[in-house]
Amino acid sequence: MKLLNHKFALLLTTLGALLMLAAPQFLKNYGIYLLTYWLIFIIATMGLNLTIGYAGQKSLGHAAFFGIGAYTVAIMMKAGISFWLGLPAAALICFVAGLILGFPALRVQAIYLAFATLGFNTAVWLVMRNEEWLTGGTFGINNISRPSLFGYSLEGNLRYYYFVLAVALVLAGLLWGLLRSPWGKAFKALRDNPIRAESLGVNIQKYTLLSFAIGAVYAGVAGALFASLVQFIEPAPFAVSASIMMYLMVVVGGAGYFLGPVVGAAVGVVLPEWLRDVPGVANWYLPAFGAAVVLLMVWLPDGLLSIPERMRARRAAREASARRATAAGKIGLKS
Amino acid sequence: MSLDIRTSLLKVTDLRKSYGAIQAVAGVSFEVIPGEIFGVIGPNGSGKTTMFNSVLGQIRPDAGSIELHGKTITGLSPLELSRRGVGRTFQTLQVFGKMTVRDNLIVAAQEHQGSMLSRLFAPGDSGLGDRADALIDQFRIRHVADSLAGTLSYGQQKLVDIAMAFMAEPDLVLLDEPCAGVNPSLVGGISTLLKDLNCNPKFGKKASFVVIEHNMDFVMDLCHRIMVMVEGKILAIGTPAQIRGNKAVLDAYLGN
Repeated sequence: MKLLNHKFALLLTTLGALLMLAAPQFLKNYGIYLLTYWLIFIIATMGLNLTIGYAGQKSLGHAAFFGIGAYTVAIMMKAGISFWLGLPAAALICFVAGLILGFPALRVQAIYLAFATLGFNTAVWLVMRNEEWLTGGTFGINNISRPSLFGYSLEGNLRYYYFVLAVALVLAGLLWGLLRSPWGKAFKALRDNPIRAESLGVNIQKYTLLSFAIGAVYAGVAGALFASLVQFIEPAPFAVSASIMMYLMVVVGGAGYFLGPVVGAAVGVVLPEWLRDVPGVANWYLPAFGAAVVLLMVWLPDGLLSIPERMRARRAAREASARRATAAGKIGLKS
Repeated sequence: MSLDIRTSLLKVTDLRKSYGAIQAVAGVSFEVIPGEIFGVIGPNGSGKTTMFNSVLGQIRPDAGSIELHGKTITGLSPLELSRRGVGRTFQTLQVFGKMTVRDNLIVAAQEHQGSMLSRLFAPGDSGLGDRADALIDQFRIRHVADSLAGTLSYGQQKLVDIAMAFMAEPDLVLLDEPCAGVNPSLVGGISTLLKDLNCNPKFGKKASFVVIEHNMDFVMDLCHRIMVMVEGKILAIGTPAQIRGNKAVLDAYLGN
């Protein structure tokens, strides 16, 4: 069943990638921009899905890493340093920041960890807002340019879209490999039962820190791509509310499902943008979205991608009870 | 079976642990020799689990020493103990609920292979697939091998739980009430499994056990020697026959 799931996910990913390759043909400039936006949030929430969905660490600080990545690239590019140095720098700085944020998780869990990470996010956000000499404060940093690759400018939205798509696919592939390796099992063991995991030789400290650090790298890369996409950054998109939204995207899509962030980011980023342009919808979109999330948490706490699994489980239960009735009938019991 | 200090696998000396004014473990000393199944019985609150958790690094004893293969392991973390060949089960079910049974078994031994970095590039089953399949067959859980462990019945999860403790081929396994909540027919099955794991070379490296259990028939049938604890102290240590005939034990614990 599990292998089938993997193959199914791989098939879906391939199909999706083909669709994404062809999509710009049918979209205007803004549509392409929005797709890029979506991809960037997929990358960020893929990392958060590792931290929350696979390793079970409740983090409400993910937007801080997203912001650190964005500001790293913006500040470096303003200083005349190439995007191609800024991108790895963003990843590296986020890796280290992620390791540091992982330390509270060694002492506290669940809601307490969520608060600790929330505090971290607030602190980072305050630095972005207050340290004007570095970040431009509330005025932010503007005129961030887009990079060129081997002399080929990624200035246009279409070219930049393909670049972000390529990065997203590479990062998805790497995460896929990571999750299929013994590390993936160790992360899940940490999530399901840390005490048992430790008694079996799983170094839960290291895996906890790594789940934050690797998740942060994804957010950092996403942030770097984001800065260059929107070309103007200020502190607002990296506040605690953004972390909560990213958490929601992971949960709505399905925490611990590989493709969860794809669905979650679509619901969290693309849907609001799209509905904003539908006449009459703009006013009630947010309350409706809120209500939908409440209903989803009540009936589908494992997210949208848990629907097929639920249907499969229901079918299996039906078949089992049918078998049982037959067996009972054979020995003369009425069901 | 005679005791020989040079060959003792586990040696606990004058172990003590207090919680406030209560001496949960008040000076306990015993040895487990290689190949032995060592039972620990006693009424609730007699300090069995506290003794277990002290040996297993879950809690830090106030005093006393614990040696494995003649080397001091007092105060080592559960992680280090696992790496040194000490396995355990818990009083309550402890499986990885959202992983398949097979993955539960694989993850139970994978961290004993290679380095952390090498495991990043290792195959998904860490080359432990055969070992996992052998245990799955031995424990007769083949039909649920690909199911998520959390969806199994209590008895099936108990089997998975015990099998996990043996995946890494430990020298010593501490089992905390392996029969708690298990139906009588499965109790017999668990007893047979443990005997096989103890001395049948077909099932990998032979393991020694320390078993806490309240089911007297199970303990008397399985264990080579039994230690009776009462009020944090040792009341008696001996063969099942000796324990059964011990008047003090009868008065304090076995009753009638």
